[in-house]
Amino acid sequence: MKLLTGNDLKSGAVTWWDGVQWSLHVEDAIDVGDHADSILARESAAQRVNAAYAIEASKDENGVRPGHIKERIRALGPTVRPDLTLKPADPAAGQWVI
Amino acid sequence: MGDLMYKYDTYDQAMVDARVDEFRDQVARRIAGHLTEDQFKPLRLMNGLYLQLHAYMLRVAVPYGTLSGAQMHALGDIADKYDRGYGHFTTRQNIQYNWIKLDEAPDILADLAKVEMHAIQTSGNCIRNTSSDQYAGAAADEVTDPRPYAELIRQWSTFHPEFSYLPRKFKIAVIASETDRAAMRLHDIGVKIVRNDAGELGAAFYVGGGMGRTPMIGPLVRDWVPLDQFITYAEACLRVYNRHGRRDNKYKARIKILVHELGKEEYTRQVEAEFALLLAQNIEPPLAELERIKAQFADPRFEAGLADLVDRSDPDFALWVDNNCVRHKTPGYIAVTISLKPIGGIPGDASADQMRLMAELATRYSFDELRVTHAQNIVMPHVRKDQLYDLWQQLDEAGLGTPNLDLVGDIIACPGLDYCSLANARSIPVAQKIGQRLAAKEQQIGELKLKISGCINACGHHHAGHIGILGVDRKGTENYQLLLGGCEGADTSLGQITGPGFDEDGIVDAVEKATEVYLSTRTDGERFLDTYRRIGMAPFKEALYG
Amino acid sequence: MAEVQFRFRHDEAVGDPGVTVGAFGAQSNAAAVRLEPGDEARDLLPHLDRLRLIEINFPVYGDGRGYTAARVLREAGYTGELRAVGDVLVDQLAFMRRCGFDAFAPEVALDPAAAQAAFGRYPEVYQPTVDGRAPIWAKRHLAAQDG
Repeated sequence: MKLLTGNDLKSGAVTWWDGVQWSLHVEDAIDVGDHADSILARESAAQRVNAAYAIEASKDENGVRPGHIKERIRALGPTVRPDLTLKPADPAAGQWVI
Repeated sequence: MGDLMYKYDTYDQAMVDARVDEFRDQVARRIAGHLTEDQFKPLRLMNGLYLQLHAYMLRVAVPYGTLSGAQMHALGDIADKYDRGYGHFTTRQNIQYNWIKLDEAPDILADLAKVEMHAIQTSGNCIRNTSSDQYAGAAADEVTDPRPYAELIRQWSTFHPEFSYLPRKFKIAVIASETDRAAMRLHDIGVKIVRNDAGELGAAFYVGGGMGRTPMIGPLVRDWVPLDQFITYAEACLRVYNRHGRRDNKYKARIKILVHELGKEEYTRQVEAEFALLLAQNIEPPLAELERIKAQFADPRFEAGLADLVDRSDPDFALWVDNNCVRHKTPGYIAVTISLKPIGGIPGDASADQMRLMAELATRYSFDELRVTHAQNIVMPHVRKDQLYDLWQQLDEAGLGTPNLDLVGDIIACPGLDYCSLANARSIPVAQKIGQRLAAKEQQIGELKLKISGCINACGHHHAGHIGILGVDRKGTENYQLLLGGCEGADTSLGQITGPGFDEDGIVDAVEKATEVYLSTRTDGERFLDTYRRIGMAPFKEALYG
Repeated sequence: MAEVQFRFRHDEAVGDPGVTVGAFGAQSNAAAVRLEPGDEARDLLPHLDRLRLIEINFPVYGDGRGYTAARVLREAGYTGELRAVGDVLVDQLAFMRRCGFDAFAPEVALDPAAAQAAFGRYPEVYQPTVDGRAPIWAKRHLAAQDG
């Protein structure tokens, strides 16, 4: 599947296209299929996202899984500071990245 | 402000204040949609603001690594107020904050300006922060304090109208001793202040060093530039680069490529021709300006007749003194390194509380002065030996007393894929695991400078590590190359790759094996680097790959 | 050809567009020439007295070779119009002015208020250039100067 990810212009937070708006959570990301370019163009022009791009991903029993470790770290937060990630209480979060 | 460093006059303050206003205006225009990201990007980069893997990252300049207690305290407060309670000290003596919001960035710059700090030109294709020796003003072997020259360069390079859209970034280092503690030969321009037979000071210029994809050691371009032509010569070097540096390929755009492709002789010839023309333009500040700056770096009022010995009865304290403290030019004093590399910790990171504590301790124990080193540690340059124990106890209690300067646990690591969108692999977990694995043997191993980069951009300076590690992307998984024999001193050398790469567990094993080869073959007094240089790569290759 | 949006000269503007450096040599009547980033500004030095307009092109704002070309021409004594053309954005105006440009013809017209703010942003300068502004170090040491 193809996901879109970017950053919120003002806050810098990592966001994921959920079909309607940009969510902080990768679990909400939807498959944009062939529409990546048009969505990116529209959303960037409207300043609802900054520096957005498309990535390959898959879905497994845990949910959405970005195809590359870089985007999995982007989805979670720094693996060396669990307290600063989106899932500070989840001991399995770091393993999910790898 | 600290007494012994450069203090802004009204002109310097006006410049940083104007810059804050300019950036505030640029941010407002970006948020209002009047600037696209493509148009805004070079502007925010010239104020040190990156869009990174998790958020905006701000890189604050610490000119030639020198800070007052008040400035370090402010850096701690900024970490709390605008970020997540910590900062990261870098291999160019700067500090980075990882969780910045764009609409707060101008306020951060305003807070910095209040303590005579800024983020000017810490990124972008312009002249970056000028780095220097962390023991400047304290070292016994310097011919003079190099920092006034670095300050002269800072002012000359700030908002330079001709050199703000260079082919690529430009990094300058200044030293004033034969021992190169600033990796000067691995900079775009390295300046060494030297004394001639007549006792006069002048500048030797090395141009075209650098790391990254194609590491190169900067050749000597001019062995003597008189101090009253110093800036003009630098201008000539930059002008030739701006004019002829490659702009067709981002990976071939540094000055090292230009010097390499032209050859040192031709590059020098072009610089000398430009220099001759520029001399007629009277762009050189008068020597009075250098003297004005030098006067602000005067020695502290060292006390005479202090005890020159340290009470070593506490073995933990003695170990820390032996590892982390170096001889000062003045009897009774010593230069102290605060390690930001606790075993299993994140190299170079400090919490806001730790920053404020270091600030307070510097005010009390080190004439209100601190230095950031390019090895990502903090130096207190002028500590009384008879106060050293008190200082150590307080550092140790705050987790700042790790006795590992230049040992294998004193790892230089870039933030890597945990933080950086350019990275191919994570570097911090590798550093943590190596530190933990070798902790018990660290003292026995002795000096071993280990440097880790998460990608070929080499921000971890892995080419210059006695052991270097380079993270690569191998078909979507993290993989690590091992290099041996790099060195950044006067005998600068570049590390050699051992062979095929390793996964994360494998690289930790590999580093351990390399230290075992060293321990079993070293002769008396040899450091790891010395043994490697004597026995060569073959025994290490044998141990690693069988 | 883009309109000259800002001009800091009192003489009349040259209407003709600059010919290329290559063509310039063959045309003894041409008084206007256009420099591309890869051109050598010093090739024009023998002809400065007959040049009334030099356009320096910035195809992309990130290519900063035009700043060097401008300074080299001014340092060699060129007093005619030095016009920045191409991808000229508000945030480069002040640096361009300092390098000797006195006319600006951006491909995309700029907001005049933003441009004016940009031209006047910095009250002081650290380096002396052809714009004649006294650098900060000169102001610091006024008493020490001769004359």
